[in-house]
Amino acid sequence: MRHIISVLLENEAGALSRVAGLFSARGYNIESLTVAPTDDPSLSRMTIVTSGSDEIVEQITKQLNKLIDVIKLLDMTAYPHIEREMALVKVRVPEAADREEAKRLADIFRGRIIDVTHDTYVIEITGEGSKLDAFLEALQPFPVLEVVRSGVMGIARGDVSLQI
Amino acid sequence: MSETASSSTAITGAEIFCRSLQAEGVEVVFGYPGGAVLHIYDALYRQDKVSHVLVRHEQGAVHAAEGYAKSSDKPGVALVTSGPGATNAITGIADAYMDSVPLVVFTGQVPTSLIGNDAFQEVDTVGITRPCVKHNFLVKDVKDLATTIKKAFYVATTGRPGPVVVDIPKDVTADSCEFEYPESIHMRSYNPTTKGHTGQIRKAVELILSAKQPMIYTGGGVILGRGSEALTEFTRQLGYPITNTLMGLGGYPASDKQYLGMLGMHGTYEANMAMHHADVLIAIGARFDDRVTGNIEKFCPHAKIVHVDVDPSSISKNVKVDVPIVGEVEPVLRELIKGLNENGGKPDAEALATWWKQIEEWQAQDCLKYDQTSELIKPQYVVQKFWELTEGDAYVTSDVGQHQMWAAQFYRFDKPNRWINSGGLGTMGVGLPFAMGVQFAHPDATVGCITGEASIQMCIQELSTCFQYQLPLKILNLNNRYLGMVRQWQEFFYQGRYAMSYMDALPDFVKLAEAYGHVGIQVTQPGDVEGAIKEALAQKERLVFLDFITDQSENVYPMIPAGAGQNEMILV
Repeated sequence: MRHIISVLLENEAGALSRVAGLFSARGYNIESLTVAPTDDPSLSRMTIVTSGSDEIVEQITKQLNKLIDVIKLLDMTAYPHIEREMALVKVRVPEAADREEAKRLADIFRGRIIDVTHDTYVIEITGEGSKLDAFLEALQPFPVLEVVRSGVMGIARGDVSLQI
Repeated sequence: MSETASSSTAITGAEIFCRSLQAEGVEVVFGYPGGAVLHIYDALYRQDKVSHVLVRHEQGAVHAAEGYAKSSDKPGVALVTSGPGATNAITGIADAYMDSVPLVVFTGQVPTSLIGNDAFQEVDTVGITRPCVKHNFLVKDVKDLATTIKKAFYVATTGRPGPVVVDIPKDVTADSCEFEYPESIHMRSYNPTTKGHTGQIRKAVELILSAKQPMIYTGGGVILGRGSEALTEFTRQLGYPITNTLMGLGGYPASDKQYLGMLGMHGTYEANMAMHHADVLIAIGARFDDRVTGNIEKFCPHAKIVHVDVDPSSISKNVKVDVPIVGEVEPVLRELIKGLNENGGKPDAEALATWWKQIEEWQAQDCLKYDQTSELIKPQYVVQKFWELTEGDAYVTSDVGQHQMWAAQFYRFDKPNRWINSGGLGTMGVGLPFAMGVQFAHPDATVGCITGEASIQMCIQELSTCFQYQLPLKILNLNNRYLGMVRQWQEFFYQGRYAMSYMDALPDFVKLAEAYGHVGIQVTQPGDVEGAIKEALAQKERLVFLDFITDQSENVYPMIPAGAGQNEMILV
């Protein structure tokens, strides 16, 4: 089963490699991993999307907690939560008709065009992974030059929160 | 003015290193100098509180520090240079990680300005050690040095202990700042659990008292957590049978009648059968290692399991347990004893009597029997004699292989911290440097190293260290001219194709010992074994290397073959 785990850890050199190393050393899956410092610059927040049986995910959370740099974590899967991912997509749109169609698709998916040249658009889109997949599917008729996806970020709804 | 004042009390990083070790009460450092740690060695030279033991290879330094830590209540400390110094230390660090040995290993590093430049003797020590340390640090500023050392000792010795590496670039040891060693340390990201959860303790007590066929299974955690006194009290109060893992030997007195011997692949028949038929299993400071469980599908099929461990990730990792208790072994055992007394219930005496009767039938198999009439020296006999002649009171280290199993089976440990071996990583070559570390921790004790002719050669250079420091170790080399355990598996599972397991061109160990300044004795007849051991023990000031030429065809029994259950042992 797919799990989304948020981790608060010391914002120190090497902390990311400890987490990444743990997953490869123990043979756990990583679907995506995002990390950035939080409003408190001494802390980083990481969102890991992984999958495995209940036993494996239990081990993953225990092993993560065992890392000295990890302060706290939360398996979001156990709570109502919001997931977001961002994609930047560069498409070739040399004809006026293409540009109109691409613009309309971007609007439908609540994307934004953030860069325009004679024959390319860069479209920014956010949402759950499945929405991003659907958008990319819809863009099939156009030559897609590049896709950059951020990986998933997550936050629990309501009173549940991951903080120190 | 103020600048002058502060610089007058500032000291160098190298001096801070020494002062920090002094503040930690470190008495001995095992190490080997090199370019990146020259400032540190100079500072060590100019003080006399921390002594330094010069080994002959960095692997020996870390193993010696392990032996020191495993046999005492102090962490081991090693100091090596950058690059090859650090890479040579890796095996020892990994060994300490697998067996949860509290160690602080200091590695020199190239100056910060050169890090990442492929400088001479540069290696990414923090990167290369990351998977085999409890934690590691790179100190980039001399101002962080004292606090980092404090953290390193704190992390290494608390919770589930383990090795911590502190990588110190050369310029950091030359830079100066004010020295202040922190009294205590708080790390928001590291708060190991000590006491067990009250509700879980109560549940465990109820389950323990409900048992008809109970079994207590304890491991290295009892030794590390100094829980053997509490364990003995707990076990005697219940009257239940108990077994120890390889790492847990000495956690419960082996001479006690409730003790069934070691369990696992080469454990006793009675211990493994009792595990298999138990209805309640009480696991304490043990981690359900694959050498213990055999085939996990067939492991303890009837048992409800209580598991006490300081490391939450050890619980339900291999085997799903019913009552997990996270906490340190000693306080949890005290809480369990208190719980038993408060509960007021008594074990089911009638069921227990029946259970013991069954166990006695298994014991009657006499699974450790061996041929006492052989004209060749039986390795078991050597260990048994060594146990008798030292009255079970020696510190014993071993290497890895058949001799390790015979040492574990035939030297009966009544006290904790007496048995020092490599259980998790299974590192050949540890025996001699382990023994050095033990002798430094216990200068007046008898320290025996039970080894084989293959293992001993992996760190043989440390005989030179032993001579320099006049360590009167007793080395018992069970020399069967084979990689014995490999040979045994090849006999059982590869139709006797002995691929590369014959040790051709062995050295003359007697001459070798003498070349290093020690006493060497070769023993070829069973009748001479006792006299040779007595002679070695009588030479109190000298290292004696006893080279026993043993029966080449002897195998370790009993044995659970890979993939079999605990009730499917091969007996002699």
